[in-house]
Amino acid sequence: MAFAYRWRMALAIVSTIIAAVFILLIPQLLGNAIDDALNFLSGETASKSEAQRQLLIAALLLFGANVLRGIFTMVHNYMGESIGQHIGYELRMAFYRKLQRMSYSYHNHVHTGDLMTRGMLDIEGVRLFVNTALLRVLLLAILIGGGTYLVVRTDLVLGLVSLSFVPIVAWRAISTRLKLHSGWRNLQEKLSILTRVMDENLSGIRVVRAFAGQDYELRKFNKISDEAQALANGLIGIRVRNTSFMSFTFMLAVVAVVWLGGLKVIDGELTVGDLTEFLAFMFILQMPVRQLGMMVNGFARSQTSGTRLFEILDLDPIIKDKPDAKPLKVEVGVLRFEHVGFSFMDEFGDEQILRDISFEARPGHTVGIVGPPGSGKSTLAHLVPRFYDVTAGRITIDGHDIRDVQLESLRRAVGVVQQDTFMFTSSIENNVAYGDPWAETETIHRATTEAQLHDWVRRLPREYETLVGERGVSLSGGQRQRLSIARSLMLNPKIIIFDDSTAAIDAATEQRIRAALKEITKERAVIIISHRLSSLMHANEILFLDGGQIVERGSHEELIAMGGGYHDLYELQIRPGDDVLSRLTGHGEAGPAADPDARPEKNSEGGNGDQS
Amino acid sequence: MATRANRAPTEYSGRARPPHAVVGSQVERDEEMFGKAFNGHVVRRFSGFVKPYRALLIVAILAVLGFTATQLAIPLVIRYAVDNALEINNTDRSLLETTVIVLALVVLFNYLTNFIQEIVVGRTAERVLFDLRRAMYTHLQRVALSFMDRTEVGRLMSRLQGDVGALQEFLETSVFAIGDFVLIVGIAMVLIAVDWRLGLLTMSVVPALLLIRIVWLPRAKIAFMGARESSSRLNGALAEGINGVRTVQGMSREEVNAALFEEKVDANLKAQLKGTRYGQIMIPTVDTLTGIAMAIIIVVGGSFVLDRTLEVGVLLLFILYVQRFFDPIRALTMQYSIMQRAMASGQRIFEVLDVPIEVQDKPDAIKLENIDGSVEFKNVTFGYNRDQPVLQDVSFRVNPGETVALVGPTGSGKSTTMSLVHRFYEVWDGEVLIGGHNVKDVTQESLGHQIAMVLQEPYLFSGTILENIRYRREDATREEVVEAARAVGAHEFIMKLPDGYETSLEQRGGNLSLGQRQLISFARAIVADAKILVLDEATANIDSYTEMLIQQALSRLLQDRTGMVIAHRLATIRGADRIVVLQDGRIIEEGNHDQLMQNDGLYARLYSMNYASFDDIPDELIKAALSDAENRTT
Ligand SMILES: Nc1ncnc2c1ncn2[C@@H]1O[C@H](COP(=O)(O)OP(=O)(O)OP(=O)(O)O)[C@@H](O)[C@H]1O
Ligand SMILES: Nc1ncnc2c1ncn2[C@@H]1O[C@H](COP(=O)(O)OP(=O)(O)OP(=O)(O)O)[C@@H](O)[C@H]1O
Ligand SMILES: [Mg+2]
Ligand SMILES: [Mg+2]
Repeated sequence: MAFAYRWRMALAIVSTIIAAVFILLIPQLLGNAIDDALNFLSGETASKSEAQRQLLIAALLLFGANVLRGIFTMVHNYMGESIGQHIGYELRMAFYRKLQRMSYSYHNHVHTGDLMTRGMLDIEGVRLFVNTALLRVLLLAILIGGGTYLVVRTDLVLGLVSLSFVPIVAWRAISTRLKLHSGWRNLQEKLSILTRVMDENLSGIRVVRAFAGQDYELRKFNKISDEAQALANGLIGIRVRNTSFMSFTFMLAVVAVVWLGGLKVIDGELTVGDLTEFLAFMFILQMPVRQLGMMVNGFARSQTSGTRLFEILDLDPIIKDKPDAKPLKVEVGVLRFEHVGFSFMDEFGDEQILRDISFEARPGHTVGIVGPPGSGKSTLAHLVPRFYDVTAGRITIDGHDIRDVQLESLRRAVGVVQQDTFMFTSSIENNVAYGDPWAETETIHRATTEAQLHDWVRRLPREYETLVGERGVSLSGGQRQRLSIARSLMLNPKIIIFDDSTAAIDAATEQRIRAALKEITKERAVIIISHRLSSLMHANEILFLDGGQIVERGSHEELIAMGGGYHDLYELQIRPGDDVLSRLTGHGEAGPAADPDARPEKNSEGGNGDQS
Repeated sequence: MATRANRAPTEYSGRARPPHAVVGSQVERDEEMFGKAFNGHVVRRFSGFVKPYRALLIVAILAVLGFTATQLAIPLVIRYAVDNALEINNTDRSLLETTVIVLALVVLFNYLTNFIQEIVVGRTAERVLFDLRRAMYTHLQRVALSFMDRTEVGRLMSRLQGDVGALQEFLETSVFAIGDFVLIVGIAMVLIAVDWRLGLLTMSVVPALLLIRIVWLPRAKIAFMGARESSSRLNGALAEGINGVRTVQGMSREEVNAALFEEKVDANLKAQLKGTRYGQIMIPTVDTLTGIAMAIIIVVGGSFVLDRTLEVGVLLLFILYVQRFFDPIRALTMQYSIMQRAMASGQRIFEVLDVPIEVQDKPDAIKLENIDGSVEFKNVTFGYNRDQPVLQDVSFRVNPGETVALVGPTGSGKSTTMSLVHRFYEVWDGEVLIGGHNVKDVTQESLGHQIAMVLQEPYLFSGTILENIRYRREDATREEVVEAARAVGAHEFIMKLPDGYETSLEQRGGNLSLGQRQLISFARAIVADAKILVLDEATANIDSYTEMLIQQALSRLLQDRTGMVIAHRLATIRGADRIVVLQDGRIIEEGNHDQLMQNDGLYARLYSMNYASFDDIPDELIKAALSDAENRTT
């Protein structure tokens, strides 16, 4: 990836090298200056002014070297940081794009908190790698390499002694990295869980408050937090043992240099100036050696983070276009389910959620679906825009299998008003126009008018500019649902599915929505899923779903005449409860979701609450 | 290579106006949400968090001092060796050997103190971080819901994780900064003691550094704060992208969102690099000053040597020290940048801690116990935004053991009324009484134990179904849980799941259907076993048959409890003792089903519409019903 930043990388490397050269040059210059002074004292340099001139030159060189060192260090750091940030940029985009494309079945299983930790902390971890690890290692290598040359040139034996710490430090670095790696992995995973706990708490804050669950939540948090802290402490232990030992080895090398160098000076094999140079060089290495420990840590961390990140970047969405997929052109808008079966096939179970579902919806032929909770209605709706792929049978639109057409064109043609509404933190207008950001204002207003939202919005002080909070918290349940209806209507989809999308809307408003939609349903295939029968009793065909199968089907009148489950539901919804209740509970033929255990013994009072 | 600029979203170029599209929140600066930190003295507040670890801190500082002393001593010992043991023409090795032994001892001590300082500092820093996060989290448990309503979770997370992480580096380096500082002072003293003229000359550059800093700091601060905020905004957008992914895909917004997200990533990149520039500019500055100092020493010190007023050893010492003097200054400069960055994060953390707790227990708040379970609204007026009342002059009473239903068109304020029962928000005017006590006079904790709610939007936690149902009462037995699940008709489907009650739920209960989630959240409220049961559209996503079973169970449950029920499906509330009809935040009708039907008002119309197909009801009729109701109120 760094390939895209070749010139930055080149610049970074060049300035690293130059900075290193200057860092190495400075002790040389200092040594020279000392030698100049000594030369004069020992009488080698005759004139004092000559000696002073030499000193002045040395001083100027030293000043220049320092300034240049500073500038190149800055460039090196900045470029390192810049590359790191640019890589961060790429990673963020790749991460975001990938997540936007991953199918529902993937998102069902991963937790937002987990993804957020990866998107926040792990990208940081990888980003830091370039600057703190790669370039610093380069700097260190140059320093040691250049230094080796310099000191070995001056004195082979002493040079080798002064570098004796290198192999030990290298060995330590490698062996600790492995330990740190697994430590970081555990810690990042724990932090993911911590994020998850916090995320759920903050998202579900109303439930927490409603149940006075603060204490419970704090305990849950503390437990994970303490575990994470213990892991972090363990990591620090490993790291510190490592860094301090590295410094120690290095310091021992210094002692050895003083000792052996001292002996050599005494023996007259080395000048004091040379020894000074040796020592100055070693002290330059002191900081990098200390940093090496940190680098090893950074390495381990970014390796972990990288693994965690690429786990996601390497994913492939299950649902994607076939190579030869063509855009879907809807001519008529006939949606057909042909013996469709579906199963999530995951650890949650490979139970068949839908079995042998066949029906057809087309313009002017509206299909209604009822059924108890969990009977598979929403799942059925999710199959049409290919949020999931069928596991048996097929779904066609105008005769084209939906798996053979381009996903985007399919999703443009199909509008699903989801049962679980989602709002974005943005204005009402932006939320309505979510699917088509370039929509004309009239289009937006048409949709909101149809969804019976327009009048309400106009009464707000900021009208369409009113901000909707995250997930729409500042809207009432019915307002959320209407907004979500408007959002789908605005796109003018050829096929439109309402998944229980009027449950929180009162009957009067709902009737007005239906009246407004009356025209639309003539030109579009419409599927209405609802628990409120008045919402779908006008449908041309009503499917009664139970346990993933169609158990009854027909028009409202036919189903009523049939006297089955649909009939019972109808009775329950329109009649004062008592008689229906006693009839139903009296009979053995209970409704679909009947729980035999819950069936009450006393059936005189029924669903009427306590009318005492 | 594609550059940033030509990859920026160009899709709307040529169009008359920008698209109706954004990702993430549009609140540019978080300050608008959080308000300024109440106390800007981040450092001082910070020390409050360090206080509990005073003992450890003392150990750390001692170790740092010891370490610094050895750092200082090492060149001194070496100098001694060079000056004495290596005098010209000296052939005696014993002095060298003793100095080397001393040096070795100093090095050993250096190792030990280094180990202690790093481990103590590292671990203490980690503790402080965890404490900070815990403090924020604990605080967020108590801040007003009105704050949480308008604050994105992603942004809070950015503070809870990102900013806390950003502090880590600072904390770890801060104690070493003490060492560096001591080192600077120590070296300065040594230099002046050895030769005061040279010493002072060396230090003459320090004031220049301070001056530069005065210019640098305010700008750098802004840059660092900008960097943190842009990354927070980015994280907010990322969180939104993940949370809303289903809608994004359903609406095929992937491309547009990626382009918009890219703008944010780009802004973040720029802000981060700006911060880096401010941090890095200090490096050449300090290095230039170091160069000046070195040049001065060489020239002036050198001429002293030439004049034989200074020993070579002293010059050597100076040269060794001058590097050592500027190393910590460089380090401190870097730490200073880190510290300023950390200040930005610290400020953001303290902003969270300073969010006022609007709904607070009075000091003399009483604990609600053994109340009769009555609920009374007395002339309550309330709104979320100023000048926009949502409820106006609402008064009604629910007697102990009674079940009252709230009915009304969408947005009429039903859920809001329920929130006020639980004191999620403070009323503007009037009062809410529970068991005869004003909700403002009782502790929130005890209030929470008297009320169990099924919220309009079922929210489940990840964890097992069992854990979710006994959320309020961890001590609830399995039998109680099963009984509650049976009561709401959830038992059957739970038993069909692979692990029954132990089945773990995905985030928000995503592996259940919405109706199933609603049932679980219903069961959760039943297990809570509270005096007052509040049901906000608790059965909206449930079929009438299951609902009927629930109602049977409820009638038993509600016998000695107070019930408040909201429903749009009027069949649900037919049996309530009393029905309160709300419209536009006002009560327009009240009475039981039969009375209201006779009244022939809004309720009667809504009720009849409930089971009619839309073909049957002309729009005028609905309008009539609504305006009818309006007339009644005025
Ligand atoms: N957190 C909030 N911030 C700002 N305004 C809000 C907030 N919650 C609700 N509102 C507004 O207050 C009004 C009443 O909302 P409420 O949720 O009480 O209605 P409701 O009667 O429950 O409606 P529904 O039947 O649709 O659920 C609505 O206009 C809504 O937009
Ligand atoms: N992501 C998932 N993974 C595994 N199983 C799931 C998942 N989502 C739903 N299910 C299961 O599939 C079945 C059908 O769910 P679906 O959401 O289609 O029901 P529904 O008919 O829409 O119910 P409701 O009326 O409550 O909305 C349920 O038993 C549910 O537990
Ligand atoms: Mg559903
Ligand atoms: Mg509501």
